[in-house]
Amino acid sequence: MKRVVFRSRWLPYALLAPQIAVTLIFFFWPALRAIESSFFIEDAFGFAREFVAFENYARLFADAGYLKSFRTTLIFGVGVTALAMSIALALAVAANRVLQATTLYRTLIIWPYAVAPALAGVIWFFLMNPSLGIVAYWLDLLGYDWNHYQNGDQALLMVIVAAAWKQISYNFLFFLAGLQSIPKSMMEAAAIDRAGPWRRFWTITFPLLSPTTFFLLVINFVYAFFETFALIHATTSGGPSDSTSILVFRVYQTGFVGQDYGSSAAQSVILMALVIGLTVIQFRYVERRVNY
Amino acid sequence: MQTKTILAAALMSSTAVTPVVAQERTQVNFWHAMGGQLGEITDGFAEEFNARQDACQINSIYKGNYTETMTQAIAAFRAGEQPHIVQVFEVGTATMMAAEDNGAVYPVHQLMEDAGVAFDESDYLPAVISYYTDTDGNLLSLPFNSSTPVMWYNATAFEEAGVEVPTTWDEVVEAARALKANGVEAPFGFGWQSWTQIETFSAWHDLPLGTEENGFAGLEAEFTFNNDAVETHIARIAEMGEEGLFSYGGRRGDSRSMFVNGDTAMWINSSAYYGGFASDIEDFEFGQAMLPLDTDLAEEPQNSIIGGATLWVLQGHESPEYTCTAEFFSFLSEPEQQAMWHQETGYVPITTAAYELSQEQGFYEEAPGTDTAIKQLSLNEPTPNSKGLRFGNFVQIRDIINEELEAVWSGDKSAEEALDAAVERGNDLLRRFEASNS
Repeated sequence: MKRVVFRSRWLPYALLAPQIAVTLIFFFWPALRAIESSFFIEDAFGFAREFVAFENYARLFADAGYLKSFRTTLIFGVGVTALAMSIALALAVAANRVLQATTLYRTLIIWPYAVAPALAGVIWFFLMNPSLGIVAYWLDLLGYDWNHYQNGDQALLMVIVAAAWKQISYNFLFFLAGLQSIPKSMMEAAAIDRAGPWRRFWTITFPLLSPTTFFLLVINFVYAFFETFALIHATTSGGPSDSTSILVFRVYQTGFVGQDYGSSAAQSVILMALVIGLTVIQFRYVERRVNY
Repeated sequence: MQTKTILAAALMSSTAVTPVVAQERTQVNFWHAMGGQLGEITDGFAEEFNARQDACQINSIYKGNYTETMTQAIAAFRAGEQPHIVQVFEVGTATMMAAEDNGAVYPVHQLMEDAGVAFDESDYLPAVISYYTDTDGNLLSLPFNSSTPVMWYNATAFEEAGVEVPTTWDEVVEAARALKANGVEAPFGFGWQSWTQIETFSAWHDLPLGTEENGFAGLEAEFTFNNDAVETHIARIAEMGEEGLFSYGGRRGDSRSMFVNGDTAMWINSSAYYGGFASDIEDFEFGQAMLPLDTDLAEEPQNSIIGGATLWVLQGHESPEYTCTAEFFSFLSEPEQQAMWHQETGYVPITTAAYELSQEQGFYEEAPGTDTAIKQLSLNEPTPNSKGLRFGNFVQIRDIINEELEAVWSGDKSAEEALDAAVERGNDLLRRFEASNS
């Protein structure tokens, strides 16, 4: 390995400074402010604040709705990740075999990634709308009564599908790149040993894809936990009842709609702890299981 | 060349909000939440006012929906960049009132007096302004767009089913059965459920929603809407749902499409849907009727309460700017502007003069039923139960009510369980508001 040595002592720090400044100002400072606010109750206009220690946290954990939100978030996260990754993998394997018009297929599959989350939500919202949507109409023809305004499970299913649909493209790109880096010779050798396509996939392709799969697992969870806010906001607003109210949506709802900054900050801090924990677990686990 | 064009474009766009020519004019920023057709009319008011005189310039700026507008105004206030005028919806009133105690809000009656602009509260409709006055009867914010829930009905469907438009809840159920038998998929529906089925239902039957005169008398108020009357009402709607007479179509106005495409023939929601319905509904005749009465609870309806928004003035600017604000308010209250606004949108006129002007112009003969809202509002002198409500954190509390009612519609909870839970969770938020504002 080549070692770079800086002759000047301050130059490396100077080069790092802009990035460190950005991180401090836009990440650490707000995070510290959130931790601070979570110990206070404050009025909307900011005239007065009262120190309440852990009351904001205590209230949250005494609130059945908040606890239910953990469950919803988990179902949502697992659902989105599983759906988006499995479909993307299937598509990538199929696209890897296509001989003609490959660029066209790939472009079409990558397309949804360019759609803004809120728009993706609205598109699905229209398709599924019980009185206007075409999909709801087809379901009705099949004798299935679709009304995501009333049925919480259907609403959750709808946002999972919409969120996953948007993430498939991204996963597809990485899976396809992963597939193309698997040496052809290994597959041919296995084929000569009379391993069928199914067996070849599970014993060679899938294990060799594990770094990609792991990376996508982390990315997809983070996506489902944080970046789906716009989608939920534009479609169900957390309803019906609170069946699609994931944690990040609650932070917004409490802070920006309810102007209850203390509780909102406490929720952010909990969410922050959750994600730090999740990432640590995932990276510990990966060191042992993934074949690089 | 290209750089120049870009520069020019950038300059133009940056000055679009505050034209250079108007530099000597006193600038007043007005943040509103009116999108689409309503936004065009609102901006039109500012333009017309600017054209009429050359001392003041009202900059009318759309800031997103009600919640977003209010949140941004509060954030701006905290940063010292607040607009002069901000449009706040009725449930944000308690938050704004608390801000008034701290000197963030310039009460309208005070503003008019200081600016020396003629202003007489008796010109305004009592049911409209009573929602926004302090305990001494002084007006704190200027009502701008006010509406009230009415019952929209599909006149064609009623004619085909051979039933009369109902006036009581028993008749609503019967009419729904007849309509259903005649092929209407989900005859009954509503939007803004907390506002139409709990808040207005209570006022209409002169029942309190909570203690302390529905919160007007103090921050210690507690909810009491888990009473037998409301419970029976919610249970009745749930039964209609089981029978297939009612299908829940979502929060706010999401179920509007069900009325427009004919799936629903009786729809309780704001009178302000008039403008949209007039342009969107072609397949059938529609009308508006007074809200149904529960004859077990009252002989006669009391009065309905308003929804919509008012214009609040924020402190922290120069006195000439407030003079302009006062003049703009006076302009908005003129009968011509109010009558036009009322007739185009279905919002109620805020002054008696505007109502009379609409009568003179023959608007109510041309579009029958358009005076339903104003009749409902002025049925009786508002009582402490029917003059409105002023509960803190009410934006969040409405969401709690939404959640609990949705649990009833889906069959997860009984009306009793849901209302008890809504009251308990709501009271919790009221206590929190009391703690942060005392």
